[in-house]
Amino acid sequence: MLRLSCPWCGTRDELEFSFGGESHLTRPTLAASDAIWSDYLFNKENPKGIHFERWMHSYGCGRWFNVARDTVTHEIYAVYKMGLPKPDLD
Amino acid sequence: MNGYSFLSVVRQALNGHKGWPVVWRSPEPKKNYDVVIVGAGGHGLATAYYLAKNHFIKNIAVLEKGWLGGGNTGRNTQITRSNYFWPQSAAFFDHSLKLYEHLGQELNFNVMLSQRGMLTLAHSLHELEGMRRWANAIKINDIDAEVLTPIEVKKLVPLIDLNCRFPIRGGFIQHRGGISRHDAVAWGYARAASAYGVDIIQQCEVTAFNISSGRVTGVHTTRGTIGADKISIAVAGHTSELARMADFRVPVTSMALQAMVSEPIKPCLNTVVMSPIIHMYASQSDRGELVFGGGADLYNSYAQRGGIPLLQENIAALLELFPAFSRLRLMRQWAGIVDITPDTSPLMGLTPVQNLYISGGWGTGGYKAIPAGGETMAYTIANDQPHPLIEDFGLERFESGALIDEGAASGVAH
Ligand SMILES: Cc1cc2nc3c(=O)[nH]c(=O)nc-3n(C[C@H](O)[C@H](O)[C@H](O)COP(=O)(O)OP(=O)(O)OC[C@H]3O[C@@H](n4cnc5c(N)ncnc54)[C@H](O)[C@@H]3O)c2cc1C
Ligand SMILES: [Zn+2]
Repeated sequence: MLRLSCPWCGTRDELEFSFGGESHLTRPTLAASDAIWSDYLFNKENPKGIHFERWMHSYGCGRWFNVARDTVTHEIYAVYKMGLPKPDLD
Repeated sequence: MNGYSFLSVVRQALNGHKGWPVVWRSPEPKKNYDVVIVGAGGHGLATAYYLAKNHFIKNIAVLEKGWLGGGNTGRNTQITRSNYFWPQSAAFFDHSLKLYEHLGQELNFNVMLSQRGMLTLAHSLHELEGMRRWANAIKINDIDAEVLTPIEVKKLVPLIDLNCRFPIRGGFIQHRGGISRHDAVAWGYARAASAYGVDIIQQCEVTAFNISSGRVTGVHTTRGTIGADKISIAVAGHTSELARMADFRVPVTSMALQAMVSEPIKPCLNTVVMSPIIHMYASQSDRGELVFGGGADLYNSYAQRGGIPLLQENIAALLELFPAFSRLRLMRQWAGIVDITPDTSPLMGLTPVQNLYISGGWGTGGYKAIPAGGETMAYTIANDQPHPLIEDFGLERFESGALIDEGAASGVAH
């Protein structure tokens, strides 16, 4: 069971949250090529290691936030608000 | 290769079973191969077998970081079916099921295919309407499907509770669907490929590719550098990691899919039962264990464990349909890392790197695809051009927009 810390409500069980996939994606302009659009829509970093991802506190405040989590150990390195840049984890 | 037969069993029995030969060779890696396949799961091994058998390429290595069949092939719940919706999927997966129907003879290895029927349940009238459409599409694709009433469901699966929380309104069955033995598929292909001279090298992890002017020429491994004219990637949950080594991106998310078995009991369930809404599927193994599972864990993971919430959900779903199983003990639980694509269809064919091929995106349903996946990838590698059956499954579809949005791929809704 993951335990996530919502920046607004505090630490809760995984069951209260929805996973929103990779974070920090930049939407291309409408004029961008099919290749760029398909990369944006479909391709994923999907790293074995630290993943920067979005979660929503669905059964709580309903707000989105970012998490830096290791996909092998599931250890959570950082929780930070939407709009902030990736934290420096070194 | 010494064939297995009634006579060989008798002869070995008289010898106290001391004379069985090793099933496959474990050679040292050579410096160079015509074809190197990364990953000794069912897909990698089957590809090597058909390259040797159908295309007469014998200088082949299959490199495996762990042990052969230790990935998803040895962790899956063995459902073998072809009740797909879209024509491309139907053609491909039914070809695979037809190959399964003769795989025991082909490999001289009993894969224990049991076509006991694959029943999908509907819990509302709308869902039943959707299933009628699905079953009709399957029939139009020349594959068997039959819509059942609740009474027919009960007759087939007497222990089921038709009046569970979301009462059962009917369902449909593919009679040719069923299960087979996953280890036997991996071991059978490994043994047959090894007999053709394919080197299966275990404990050999690929860590990088050698690529010069856009063309792959070899791999770095934990057992040294190996040159190859052609290389094919068949690593399931690690597809993104291997693609990254070759500097291209793939539409894949790796997630943990769990399964579990109960203690063994007497035969009581002789059909594979799947419920997309209650979100579980179950069958009974020849040893008597109930084998069941459901959806994948919610988030990206490379941890072959699986989380507790999904485990509980799977068990709750099983008991909702089969209250009689509530007294059983759970014996084992495990997970495999599945490579899920946005349209839940596989990725097969060429890559942006010359002479580098890919078979991945098998997600939660690639076991049933092993024979056809191996056969068509062997053709694709030998001819540097996709086999006609897999032309639509290439990476290009994500740019052209011609997705194969196969809701039936996972069978359960995820
Ligand atoms: C719990 C569960 C239930 C499932 N149920 C079903 C089912 O009922 N029916 C069905 O059709 N499908 C099912 N599936 C899906 C199915 O198991 C897979 O799609 C299929 O086995 C994939 O085969 P593969 O050969 O591509 O991958 P795998 O069998 O996973 O083989 C890939 C191999 O690549 C190796 N590898 C990875 N990285 C490297 C590297 N760098 N160097 C060398 N080797 C490497 C791995 O160690 C592994 O052995 C299920 C999966 C799971 C996890
Ligand atoms: Zn909150």
